[in-house]
Amino acid sequence: MEADFFYPEFEVVRNDIKCTRCRVCERECANGVHYYSESGKVMLSDDTKCVDCLRCVAVCPVHALKIVKSNCNFRDNANWSNETIKEAVKQAGTGGVLLSSMGNPKDYPVCWDKILINASQVTNPPIDPLREPMETRVFLGKKPSNTPRDAEGKIICDIPPQIELSMPVMFSAMSYGSISYNAHKCLAEASEKLGICYNTGEGGLHENFFKYGANTVVQVASGRFGVHEEYLKAGVAVEIKMGQGAKPGIGGHLPASKITGDVSRTRMIPEGTDAISPAPHHDIYSIEDLRQLVYSIKEATAYAKPVIVKVAAVHNIAAIASGIARSGADIIAIDGFRGGTGAAPTGIRDNVGIPIELALAAVDRRLREEGIRNDVSLIAGGSIRNSTDVIKAIALGADACYIATAALIAMGCHLCRNCQSGKCNWGIATQRPELVRRLDPEAGCARLVNLMTAWRREIREFMGGMGINSIEALRGNRLMLRGIGLNAKELEILGIAHAGE
Amino acid sequence: MKLLEGQIRIPSGCAISAVISTEGERMSGADIVESMRPMHDRSNGLGGGFAGYGIYPEYKDFYALHIFFDNAAVRQECESVLKESFEIVKAEPVPTLKMPEITDEPIIYRYFTAPLASRMRDAQLDEREFVARIVMSVNASMKGAYIVSAGKNMGVFKAVGYPEDVGRFYRLEEYSGYSWIAHGRYPTNTPGWWGGAHPFAILDYSVVHNGEISSYDANRRFIEMYGYKCTLQTDTEVIAYIADYLLRRQKLTLKEFASVVAAPFWSTIERMSEEDKRICTYLRTVYSGLLVTGPFSIVLGFEGGLMALNDRLKLRSMVTAKKGDRVYIASEEAAIRKIAPDAGDVYAPTGGEPVIVKVREGRY
Amino acid sequence: MQTITACGDFAAINRTLRESTDDSFVIENCLGERFVGAGLSGKKIRINGIPGNALGAYLNGAEIEVFGNAQEAVGDTMNAGSIVIHGRVGDAAGYAMRGGKIFIKGSAGYRTGIHMKAYRDKSPVMVIGGRCGSFLGEYLAGGAIVVLGMHDDGKCVVGNFPCTGMHGGKVFIRGSLEGARFPSGVTVRDATDDDLSEIRSDIAEYCRVFGIDETLVWSERFTVITPNSSNPYKQMYVEN
Repeated sequence: MEADFFYPEFEVVRNDIKCTRCRVCERECANGVHYYSESGKVMLSDDTKCVDCLRCVAVCPVHALKIVKSNCNFRDNANWSNETIKEAVKQAGTGGVLLSSMGNPKDYPVCWDKILINASQVTNPPIDPLREPMETRVFLGKKPSNTPRDAEGKIICDIPPQIELSMPVMFSAMSYGSISYNAHKCLAEASEKLGICYNTGEGGLHENFFKYGANTVVQVASGRFGVHEEYLKAGVAVEIKMGQGAKPGIGGHLPASKITGDVSRTRMIPEGTDAISPAPHHDIYSIEDLRQLVYSIKEATAYAKPVIVKVAAVHNIAAIASGIARSGADIIAIDGFRGGTGAAPTGIRDNVGIPIELALAAVDRRLREEGIRNDVSLIAGGSIRNSTDVIKAIALGADACYIATAALIAMGCHLCRNCQSGKCNWGIATQRPELVRRLDPEAGCARLVNLMTAWRREIREFMGGMGINSIEALRGNRLMLRGIGLNAKELEILGIAHAGE
Repeated sequence: MKLLEGQIRIPSGCAISAVISTEGERMSGADIVESMRPMHDRSNGLGGGFAGYGIYPEYKDFYALHIFFDNAAVRQECESVLKESFEIVKAEPVPTLKMPEITDEPIIYRYFTAPLASRMRDAQLDEREFVARIVMSVNASMKGAYIVSAGKNMGVFKAVGYPEDVGRFYRLEEYSGYSWIAHGRYPTNTPGWWGGAHPFAILDYSVVHNGEISSYDANRRFIEMYGYKCTLQTDTEVIAYIADYLLRRQKLTLKEFASVVAAPFWSTIERMSEEDKRICTYLRTVYSGLLVTGPFSIVLGFEGGLMALNDRLKLRSMVTAKKGDRVYIASEEAAIRKIAPDAGDVYAPTGGEPVIVKVREGRY
Repeated sequence: MQTITACGDFAAINRTLRESTDDSFVIENCLGERFVGAGLSGKKIRINGIPGNALGAYLNGAEIEVFGNAQEAVGDTMNAGSIVIHGRVGDAAGYAMRGGKIFIKGSAGYRTGIHMKAYRDKSPVMVIGGRCGSFLGEYLAGGAIVVLGMHDDGKCVVGNFPCTGMHGGKVFIRGSLEGARFPSGVTVRDATDDDLSEIRSDIAEYCRVFGIDETLVWSERFTVITPNSSNPYKQMYVEN
């Protein structure tokens, strides 16, 4: 009905003088925005379909296009924002749950942006990272609590299995199905070149990608898609996904339209059926059940793989992490509430969970208070955007960071937040072959390698400035951080002093 | 500083086991301790405990107070407070065994007491309410003293450690009772405090619990309206208070209690007989603040019986079995088989279905 | 044939199962030891006693036979092989199993066969002799669950909320369904000969394994439950 109509959110602005009617914009837009009018011999656009992915802008050979935010909105109202009104209208029209994608876009405080990093002056020399050794290698996994010796007094060097990374960053879980084959290939190839790991997500491991095992973390989620004995043994570690920052407490649901041939094979489910991940693992309803799943995986892999338990950052995260650490897990991954996703109910994405900065600080402190921090490694994720976020996370106490949105951007994502539609014009969050083809695995891989290489350079610069030449000397080194404009409670939870103190 | 129960909420998972003789035959505590062994991995060494019923026949008319004290001074202080309200007929340390697995023990005493009639009259309270109030007041306000149990002819024995070690520590093989319940705890951080272990008891009710309830604060804020003080912030504590409130004060039956805390779904109620529908609708409506959601399996001990109950979705495992006059309840069948290899009638109660076992009248 | 005497240490049992060159084992005195046979292929294991939770998790072709009851999460995420239980089982048996067979002589607990799947030539089958708890076949995505209802405690063959979220596979139930209530997303109908032909050989094998007279099984009618859609949640969302 009329009440359901909104003036389009974005407008296509076309410079008709520049436009050559080559129609490449039409061919490139999976949303069907652009079309050619035979009668008028002009290119026209249906702005209602535009999602602001900027694909057409990028491919137009004569730069004749731009996309602008339209200004035809509901009357200004500080309480009933334009967005809030629109959501009510959409729900009144359909009865549906609002569905969004990517990370929480709301204006919550970002503590990372209110934390400053230290540098050495006079009392302690900075180090030149271009000419002196600067180590960023990390090992993730349980560390033994004592050092046993054999009869001859030699150290018995048995340590539980570890993940070795050249730098404290990993690509976090994005399933094949939620993203494309080519996107997975980019991540796998780049991880191999960089000496880090990517994560299969919960959609199983494509047969062509078993060869990247040394740089792969395989994930086991509640749907158990593609999980079998060889899969568990295929990577360097197994991650149990208990939750995700973008949608804590919510399961996943990959619609049948995305379960195409290859995806169905990798998930080991029939084509054309929905892939439903229940909210809980139905063998874990309590903390001692988690121990059961952790050890069932260890038994099935003959104790050769560290087990990561990934949880969303929620209110009681410190106690939860402590419980996980006592459940036999080797690594805990904490995902903050700004983390991205292929699809999540809007209300959940924007309102459930807590920021990673506060969660990480609370967990690290609790595990240290209990003397069990060395029993587990910590991975922080849920919107780590750049190398400075990495530095700050490590100084707060993380062993490594998970990144995903930054990696997607490297592969071409323009953050239009329409992953759930399956019509990603950049060939990432789609299974349509003609769209997937747009992401060249070689180029995508090279760009991921570039991004990480740039971050590694920057991380070394920061470390050098602090007079630190090995990343483990930064881990939990909160004296290297100061807050600016944070309130007393935030500083207390973060365990850092205010600038000037 | 480490935070103890009461200063912070500590969710935990667990193992439970229980046994009762319907003929009131008294059983050594050794068996219940043994039954916890196959479930070792359900605990993490941060809490174990037992409750025995019928263990003090020679003092069965007296309230047996089991108390933890941090030091001798607080013991004296507490004793003088108790003497204002109770006649203490016997006071003694609870016998324990020194062992490397159990450390940091508090001073553990027991007192067999009778409330002073004059004080009860002044307070215009019946005997049980009078005792309950004093126990809660000591636990809420006297730092360094904690009353672990205060029922007649029963007692709670708990500590930080694995349950099989806790049982040996308290020399439970030297006691005999007509029913026993046991608990192994898997908390999500180090409580380091013995009071936080289970069972949790109020008067002769004792509760062991497996799971983490999601309704905790709704339940807590409701029950605290009626004079209870949830000092430990544990699920078990709030469930014990709910039991006390509904059973003792509201005089609900055990089955009705189950229909409040593990209320049937409305869709299930719709299919009930008119009479049941009316009752279940009434209970759900009146006591809606006491619906407990999230995973739990509990065993409630009381004078002359036991009740086992699962949450309405049955998110925790629990089985029962029988042999002769013995009824066994445990999180895993292996626990039962450990002490009764040939027990029969293995049964998994459904979600919200109470299993109530009572000792034959006159036999306890 | 190697005999393993269980003594509380599941890791030791599994290490022997993995590393021994024998391909046939008897485990004696099993009492709650978990994960027996996890991920195992190509071996035969007979168990006397009661194995602990997650028996045969990720099982990949091995054959397990238990002469007694089993606990929670039997055959969790199993890929191939068989598990035979001469007794009852606890909750969540066959969770997410993709292939192989689980035969249970007695009854099963809650969430039996939750999220079972089928894949290519793999189609898991679970046969339960008695009755099942609530949430039978929740999220079922493939394979067959057969409930024979040969229990004798007079209770309904299924508990509450059977087949919720079912979007693939089939559930077969023998005998009376009185008292059972199914969600709107599934079709409940009398099994046809075609339906039954899918499970005939499994039933025959089941009867052979447990020494049950097969004609007795076929003496009652079967009901079959199938999902109406493989996309049960299609209408629930609106893009925002």
